[in-house]
Amino acid sequence: MISSRSEVLQGTLDLLVLKTLDSMGPMHGFGIALRIQQVSEDLLQLNQGTLYPALLRLEQRHWIASKWGISENNRKAKYYSLTRAGRKQLQEEAESWERMSAMINRVLRTT
Amino acid sequence: MLERCRVFIHRLAALFRRRHLEEDLEAELRSHLEMAVELNLRRGMTGEEARREAVRNFGGVEQIKEIYRDQRGLPVIETVLQDLRFGLRMLRRSPGFSSLAILCLTLGIGANAAVFSWIEGILYRPYPAVVHQEQLLAVAGTARGESGPTEISWPDLIDLERGCTLCDAFIVSKIMGTTLSVGDRAERAVGSIVSANYFDSIGVHPILGRGFEPGEDSGRNAHPVTVISYQLWQGRFKGDPQIIGKTQRLGGLPHTIIGVAPEGFYGTFVGWAMQFWVPASMEELFEAGGYKLEDRGARWIEAYVRLKPGVTRRQAQEQISDVAKRLEADYPATNRGRGMKLWPLWQTPFNNAGTLLPTLEIMLAVVAFVLLIACANVGNLLLVRSFARRREMTVRIAIGGGRSRLLQQLLTESLILATLGAAGGLLVAHWCRHALMLLFPARGGVAMHLPGEIDWRVLALSAGVCLVTTLLLGLVPAIETRKLDLAGALKLDSVGVVGSGGTARVSSGLVLVQVSLSFVLLVGAGLLLQSLQKIRTGSPGFSTHGVLFTAIDLASAGYGTERARNFQDALIDRVRALPGVTSAAFARSTPLGYGSFSSTPIAVDGYQPPPEESPTVEYNEVGPDYFVTMGIPLVSGREFTRADDEKSALVAVVNETMAARYWRGRNPIGQRVQVKGRWVQVVGVAKDSKYESIREAPKPFFYVPRRQNFSIGAGLYIRTPLGEETMTSALTREVHALDPDLALYEVITLQDQVDRSTSPQLVAVTLVGVLSGLAVLLAAIGLYGVMSYAVSQSRRELGLRMALGACPCDLLRLVMRHGMTLMAGGVALGAGAALGLTRLLGYLLYHVSPRDPMAFGSAFVVMTLVSATASLLPAWRASRTDPVGALRG
Repeated sequence: MISSRSEVLQGTLDLLVLKTLDSMGPMHGFGIALRIQQVSEDLLQLNQGTLYPALLRLEQRHWIASKWGISENNRKAKYYSLTRAGRKQLQEEAESWERMSAMINRVLRTT
Repeated sequence: MLERCRVFIHRLAALFRRRHLEEDLEAELRSHLEMAVELNLRRGMTGEEARREAVRNFGGVEQIKEIYRDQRGLPVIETVLQDLRFGLRMLRRSPGFSSLAILCLTLGIGANAAVFSWIEGILYRPYPAVVHQEQLLAVAGTARGESGPTEISWPDLIDLERGCTLCDAFIVSKIMGTTLSVGDRAERAVGSIVSANYFDSIGVHPILGRGFEPGEDSGRNAHPVTVISYQLWQGRFKGDPQIIGKTQRLGGLPHTIIGVAPEGFYGTFVGWAMQFWVPASMEELFEAGGYKLEDRGARWIEAYVRLKPGVTRRQAQEQISDVAKRLEADYPATNRGRGMKLWPLWQTPFNNAGTLLPTLEIMLAVVAFVLLIACANVGNLLLVRSFARRREMTVRIAIGGGRSRLLQQLLTESLILATLGAAGGLLVAHWCRHALMLLFPARGGVAMHLPGEIDWRVLALSAGVCLVTTLLLGLVPAIETRKLDLAGALKLDSVGVVGSGGTARVSSGLVLVQVSLSFVLLVGAGLLLQSLQKIRTGSPGFSTHGVLFTAIDLASAGYGTERARNFQDALIDRVRALPGVTSAAFARSTPLGYGSFSSTPIAVDGYQPPPEESPTVEYNEVGPDYFVTMGIPLVSGREFTRADDEKSALVAVVNETMAARYWRGRNPIGQRVQVKGRWVQVVGVAKDSKYESIREAPKPFFYVPRRQNFSIGAGLYIRTPLGEETMTSALTREVHALDPDLALYEVITLQDQVDRSTSPQLVAVTLVGVLSGLAVLLAAIGLYGVMSYAVSQSRRELGLRMALGACPCDLLRLVMRHGMTLMAGGVALGAGAALGLTRLLGYLLYHVSPRDPMAFGSAFVVMTLVSATASLLPAWRASRTDPVGALRG
């Protein structure tokens, strides 16, 4: 499901999705996939399909909500948007991510 | 945590919207791919390229869907649902098999649930509407040298209540019978003499009026008030809303009705529905033996105690024993060697709980047997079917279904069967709730109450039975799947010798179990039947035929002592003069009736009781000609005559056991015995007879003349060859000639009386009989099934034998021999088990050895006949095998 070149941990994918929805507003699955690829400058190679179980997982936790809508090309598509709980979750995860990466950076620098 | 809950609910909800969600998913993925293709086209790819690129970027669509589905729903439950659907489809496909299996299980589980509900309703929570029955215990007295429990005296009870700080309340409830006169017919009514705290302590509140108030249970005849039952109010008083304050004559005195008990409250005596309650102060009107509230020697009370919360029976018992010891020291004259004992409600010694307990215990074992037999039967059916489904199983394994998955499927199927069986079983139990009551003979107008109760405990137990059944049933075909091998999948040939091969061995084993269990039940039924016969035909020491029994209600007609005496004398003369009447007599108490005999401490000239014994003996107050009427022979001396009246010397007739115990070989005639403080002279010795129970051991007993110990209530015994109906009309005529307002009781024979007192045995015999019949039927079906299967599986062998010259009768013999071998094995096993198990019938057996050869012999005969019948049809079919067809196909 996840390409072996760059193993994306489940939690990381969640974070990316939440962040994308936070900065871009409501989007459909294909849009989210494109955006993640774009932002990561294609470093993050993931099977786009993998996104859907992740979206379901987030929705089950009530972090995102979904609604059918019409795309820019007049196509029926399911739009995902961040909920209030999702925003809070994003904040928490971003903070902990930063703490973690700062720590790792420190460790790498000192040795 | 909250989050996990949310996810779970989400997933659970998804189970019910699967189709919708599936369409959603489909649409979403399609739209994704289309957008991807569109983008690729815009980037300049060709149509085919664009599509391929889109799919490649997406990853495996079906795999993603699978992952998505697992994430969306609850895979475990979905598998179960799938199994359930499949299982139901399998059951629908073979309706004959399914209905037979479900019927077997319904009977098996239903019998269990019914017995559970009886035990629950009769033994553990016997008193509907009474609160916190788990805190109630029965309390009865003990006497050194006596094995059974005794009643308690009122003063002792008051002292107990004062001395026991661990108990909330002592609740007196003494059953008694009296007369309720309705028009010109008198009816028996059953009531309770209770302490004033009765209704408050059991938490039952009258729906009209009030319960008893403190103090209403003291003072001789001081509070003629009564609370009536809902049924009596509805029936006798037509639900009169103005009933409170009206009076009803009870025990000879008008009582004011002060309350109506709620519907569904039947009092506190297992087996009987009480119709009214009176306070203990009125005891003298309903009880033999005069005013007893101040007499520590008069033991007549049956009581319950409510423990304080958290107090155990052990603790309460210790305290009560301490009080009893103190009483023993303080009042040696009446309390020497006396103690008190607490009993759990289900062992209550003074009501029908005690007599039903052993019956119900045995029923429990019997229904467990029936369930096992039913399971073996269904197991056999499943086994035969699993053979037929071998191909299906093999294919499932071949395409990668794990064995555990297969096992889950099989267990699900048996769970469906067991659940359906359990549902049917609970229905059966529901119908049988009141069945026990039907087995007790009707007693003139008095309501019996033996309710089964189906509550959560019964449901839980039945669910447990259902689970065990499922496991047992699922096991059988599961054993079979272990033997499945892929290579053997196509070698499904009916080659085999009758009764050989793995499947045949398992099902033969099951039949062995069935036959042996049924044999045990048959032996049990035989033993019980013989005991019942012995009990019913054994002599109680008085004539059961040619003696009629009835009573006339004088007390409730307001007769005083003098008028009653005159009336009874006049009536006896008239009855004796009736054509066909040999003799007639009145007596205070009826042998083998419920009412208790009077009892008294006695002293005997020349008999020095051991230091710890205070001899107490029961007695009956009987009129002239009692012994000749009842057919109780006198060993020596004379019986009472009209001359033994108030003015003449006090006399008594003792029974043989009493003569032997207190006079030790000397002739008691002419000797003196002290009864209730008065010395009386023994004038006769009567043969022993049965007094309270047909099963009792001989016990000391004596008789005194009614004239010298008069009380109004009395039964009339008539020796006559005439039938009840003839006698009823003649008697009614004579009674009405004397007083047209009087009411006559139902006229019954003494045999009826004996039959009524032995109904627990009848109940046991009927139930065990019915259930062993059921068991034998199930076993026969099992045997038939196995034999038919064996024959159908060995067609080739049979055909071959036929082709080689065996005649049809040889084949018939071959198959019959196989059936009979199975039967013989089962009977041998069953006989072994029965030898060990029938001892458990102990209490219910009467003058029959648990190893009685008659019972074993007849069980053997029945089993042989049934097995022969069950094997005959398959054997006949075997003998008709067409050799050509069998060998070709």
